[in-house]
Amino acid sequence: MSLLAAKRLEKHYGHHVVLENLNFSVEPGEFVTLVGASGCGKTTFLKMLLGTEATSRGSLTLDDKPIPNEPGPDRGVVFQKYSVFPHLTVLGNVMIADELHSARFLGKSFGAARRRAIDTARARIDEVGLSHALNKYPHELSGGMQQRLAIAQALMMRPRILLLDEPFGALDPGIRQDMHGLINRLWKEQELTIFMITHDLKEAFELGTRLWVFDKTRHDPQAPEAYGATITYDLPISRDRASTALKEVLQKGGLQTHTEETLL
Amino acid sequence: MKRFINLTPSRGSRWLLGLLPFLLLAVLYMSLSSARLAENPDDRLLPTPSKMAGSFYHLATVENARTGEVLLWTDTFASLERIVIGVSISALIGLIVGILSGGLPMVRAKLSPLITVVSLIPPMAILPILFIAFGTGEASKIALIAIGVTPFLIRDLQGHAIRLPDEQLIKAQTLGASSWQVLLRVLLPQLTPRLLNATRLALGTAWLFLIAAEAIAAQEGLGYRIFLVRRYLSMDIILPYVAWITLLAFLLDQLLAWTSRLAFPWYHAGEGDNA
Repeated sequence: MSLLAAKRLEKHYGHHVVLENLNFSVEPGEFVTLVGASGCGKTTFLKMLLGTEATSRGSLTLDDKPIPNEPGPDRGVVFQKYSVFPHLTVLGNVMIADELHSARFLGKSFGAARRRAIDTARARIDEVGLSHALNKYPHELSGGMQQRLAIAQALMMRPRILLLDEPFGALDPGIRQDMHGLINRLWKEQELTIFMITHDLKEAFELGTRLWVFDKTRHDPQAPEAYGATITYDLPISRDRASTALKEVLQKGGLQTHTEETLL
Repeated sequence: MKRFINLTPSRGSRWLLGLLPFLLLAVLYMSLSSARLAENPDDRLLPTPSKMAGSFYHLATVENARTGEVLLWTDTFASLERIVIGVSISALIGLIVGILSGGLPMVRAKLSPLITVVSLIPPMAILPILFIAFGTGEASKIALIAIGVTPFLIRDLQGHAIRLPDEQLIKAQTLGASSWQVLLRVLLPQLTPRLLNATRLALGTAWLFLIAAEAIAAQEGLGYRIFLVRRYLSMDIILPYVAWITLLAFLLDQLLAWTSRLAFPWYHAGEGDNA
């Protein structure tokens, strides 16, 4: 039984086919990185996993059940921005997950429940190295710290899969390196299953155990919307292989498309 | 020589530059006033500052022989009561309806056209209806303020609710929030400072409706007083009253601004020093 599986999955808006013929199965503990040119449907795919976009045809199952058509606690997410609540402090942002769960009506806990929520939240905040900023608001944090906070927040629910939509795209290269270390550590320690969209092929190679390249296999110049993108390459990555190896693999497969132009 | 757009005043000179227009206006008034008074010492249209101060002091201290009330304070209290109650009712309705219609597409679809139409009705045009329905007492004046201000607040808050990034609503759901919890813990706290801001903008309109309602039917109130003494051309009372109303409006505005900065520091992040 695989964690997440798709069979002949398709997504189109009217006549505009965005994604077609997606077939895959992902086991627990995999770290899938998604690359591809802009506008090739990576984000649409992520939204289908989140449940904010409906599937048009085919099946997409999580734990052998069709993916719910709205976001839920089984799927955590970190966006490139707006991921954290600006009106809550670091502690409040992480605690809120616990509070929403334990106080169905007010969404805010008091007394012993509150102390318990604070304790679990602090443990999560420690993991991402933000314990020195417990009472700061997001606007007082740097971009990297905000993303650390978003990750801590997403991990509070212990989601079945964690979705990352270019989480480090807006960060400086140095900070990005730190974040790679962090996400790698959390992935190993907590045995997470991660889907990460990225524009940085090096990043995709460094972090992932499996790389998906999204691209169009068929192209009609008269009707560019007639065919959608699919997963053209599904590469297992072993951690010890140098990232330059990808280029050779891709070239051996004869990949002469947008992807190569934009990414390599 | 720097370009003109790059010249910025220093702190001290900014104060001076800000004061300058007031001084010019004062000088202009004084010269016009003394010119008129030189021609006719009994002229009532442009009284001297000392005459205005005297009349205002009289209104603020001397008790009415018959009722034992001091006019200025009775007027001020009556007007403030009306505007505060009216605006509070508006703010409460605006917040609740704004959050519901901004956060729930099903509610928005039902309410939006209605709110748009209602907000286009000129409130002064329905003042007669209010007088007929509520009588000429307090209720009709408060109702006029509430009716005049609420649609603006609702539309403003609904707009802000719709413009909240989708990411936040999705994030809340991935943390297990129900619809009610999203409204309560994401929309409400983020819209409250915006409500305070919108209320500040709406206060000007609220004062307009208050003075208008008082001018038409009232027993006391700031607007009632200035329209009453107009019959005697008592500019020495009208002008200080206008200044007093302006001061009250300024204080109410600053009170809201101060509350917002104190209660929602995150909302005012990145704002300049003149919030």
